[in-house]
Amino acid sequence: MRITVKLFATFRKCRFDVKVREVPPGTTVSDVVEEMRLPGSIGIIFVNSRHADPSHELSDGDTLAVFPLVGGG
Amino acid sequence: MDKILRVDMGAEGGPKFKTEPVGEFAGLGGRAMTSAIISKEVHPLCHPLGAENKLVIAPGSLSGTSASMSGRISVGCKSPLTGGIKESNAGGQAAQVLARLGYAAIVLEGKPEGDDLYKIFISKDGVEVSVDNSLKNLPNYPLIEKLKGQYNDRAAYMTIGTAGEMKLLAASIACTDPEKRPTRHCGRGGTGAVMGAKRVKAIILDDTGMKMREPKDPEKFRNANRRFVEGLRKHPITGEGLPAYGTNVLTNVLNEAGAYPTHNFRTGRFENAANISGEVQAELEVKRGGIATHGCHRGCVIQCSGVYVDKDGKYVTKQPEYETVWAHGGNCGIDDLDVIARLDFLDDNFGVDTMDTGAAVGVAMEAGLIPFGDGAGAIRLVEEIGKGTPLGRILGCGAEVTGKVFGVERVPVVKGQAMAAYDPRSVMGIGVTYATTTQGADHTAGYSVGPNVLKSGGDLDPLKPEGQVEMSRNLQIATAAVDSTGMCLFIAFPLLDQPETFQALLDMIGAFHGITLTGDDVTALGKSILKMEREFNTRAGFTKHHDRLPRFFLKEPIPPHNVTFQVTDEDLDKVFNW
Repeated sequence: MRITVKLFATFRKCRFDVKVREVPPGTTVSDVVEEMRLPGSIGIIFVNSRHADPSHELSDGDTLAVFPLVGGG
Repeated sequence: MDKILRVDMGAEGGPKFKTEPVGEFAGLGGRAMTSAIISKEVHPLCHPLGAENKLVIAPGSLSGTSASMSGRISVGCKSPLTGGIKESNAGGQAAQVLARLGYAAIVLEGKPEGDDLYKIFISKDGVEVSVDNSLKNLPNYPLIEKLKGQYNDRAAYMTIGTAGEMKLLAASIACTDPEKRPTRHCGRGGTGAVMGAKRVKAIILDDTGMKMREPKDPEKFRNANRRFVEGLRKHPITGEGLPAYGTNVLTNVLNEAGAYPTHNFRTGRFENAANISGEVQAELEVKRGGIATHGCHRGCVIQCSGVYVDKDGKYVTKQPEYETVWAHGGNCGIDDLDVIARLDFLDDNFGVDTMDTGAAVGVAMEAGLIPFGDGAGAIRLVEEIGKGTPLGRILGCGAEVTGKVFGVERVPVVKGQAMAAYDPRSVMGIGVTYATTTQGADHTAGYSVGPNVLKSGGDLDPLKPEGQVEMSRNLQIATAAVDSTGMCLFIAFPLLDQPETFQALLDMIGAFHGITLTGDDVTALGKSILKMEREFNTRAGFTKHHDRLPRFFLKEPIPPHNVTFQVTDEDLDKVFNW
């Protein structure tokens, strides 16, 4: 199945901003995240604009957005 | 900080001042000080631009010490924008300098007759209040250029631009940064209009010959400050994200969350948000020879500010903040950082709140004055404010006035003050804060965005009403206390996530005063401030019906989540039940 992965802030360094990927059915958020070996801890995960846990199972057409812990205001 | 300077601008024969002991206000700083004086001494039914109102300027209780991050200054008054009590705070150099001069507060009282414009100079040698009509009609940047040549290089400045002189309701008070640029503003609630009504154009603070304030227990204080700084540096938000990308790191987050108010709160997603994100902004600044990491005051270890330059490397403005980039950017459908930076400069130069001004432009776009996305048109509109045309005066009075004048229903304000860059339908916790804070819609009064969206300081679903009231209550209490210390609010991220950093702050305050401070003491202080402010607003005529969002937030679902604000009125009325 096909998913869109978006990275932000420090996670972009030496990686990408947005990429469409083929993954097997049953792939979870944490499968995708671990494969990328992101530096530091994961702050925010959105799947289709909703907060998701690492154990969330992805579906075809999903957009996964991964942020380090960020803040401002 | 054992004295209060009172300047009676309306005294017979010209302004008179006196310095008095801090007395019953001893130990208070920042917001605790401004709200205590306003609630005790200002008639709640007075006209905000009249002689009965007072403008109180107070450094935080830790300002002027060697405590990191302690450079926030609070300005209080009855707000001409909201009609309620106001505390607006800013960074820059003023708090540290004023505190080292020994003043716990400056209180501007009364109102002079006639057209003369005044400046107030404060140094170790005393106070001078003098007429300087050569400053009339000067925007902030040329004003500072003119004043700089006349005073010591160490001086810090608090000034109003042309908007303050015109007494526009969104007028700000500018504080200079370490490079003496008028970039840090007490933006919210029209404090600049109150300073303008008192005919004070500039306050010049020179701490030459003064020393840092000494703690009662210097060794404990140093140790606590060290642990505090370690905590800030090791937290990802204050140690990495904010220094690298500034506050605008939030554009992509809120946009991804579907909570980024776009086209005057019509949708929660801006298709061109990536173009104005913090990531792109920082890269552009570095590429052009600007600065992506900069402190707004000496002693700041977070360094979330920066310097924005044009394609030729020439200074345009300080790094526009997230709220500004949103207000003038996505809120107006504008995706050009150069346009937004120009608008940020104009706001600072004329001295208006970037949020209420951006929201007013968005409302003007809704009314059809110019189309959404028209950057050149937005610049023309804001330039009208500087010219003082009737249209400019309307816009410079903020979103609510603009909406009334142009017959717009969708006006994102509470108690007359514009909302910030978070839609209250898709971040319901911030909706509770917008609705109920004493300040008018104000995201900083209880930053529920942390637990709702950023997953910092807790974890609560932003799209559900459950738990939002309790969270907003706790954050409003904690914020009122932090706003009293002079500490930058961004310390709240590590404070809420790292108990040892919170303890370090308690130890630092305790060591300064030679006492032992607990979390309960902090909570008690926060509650006492909110109580004073609520009581002032009640006496000014506010009821529970003012603690509500505009009805369109309850009626119009916002895409992409297609939700309305669902916290009930009954629950909103429980925020201050503790």
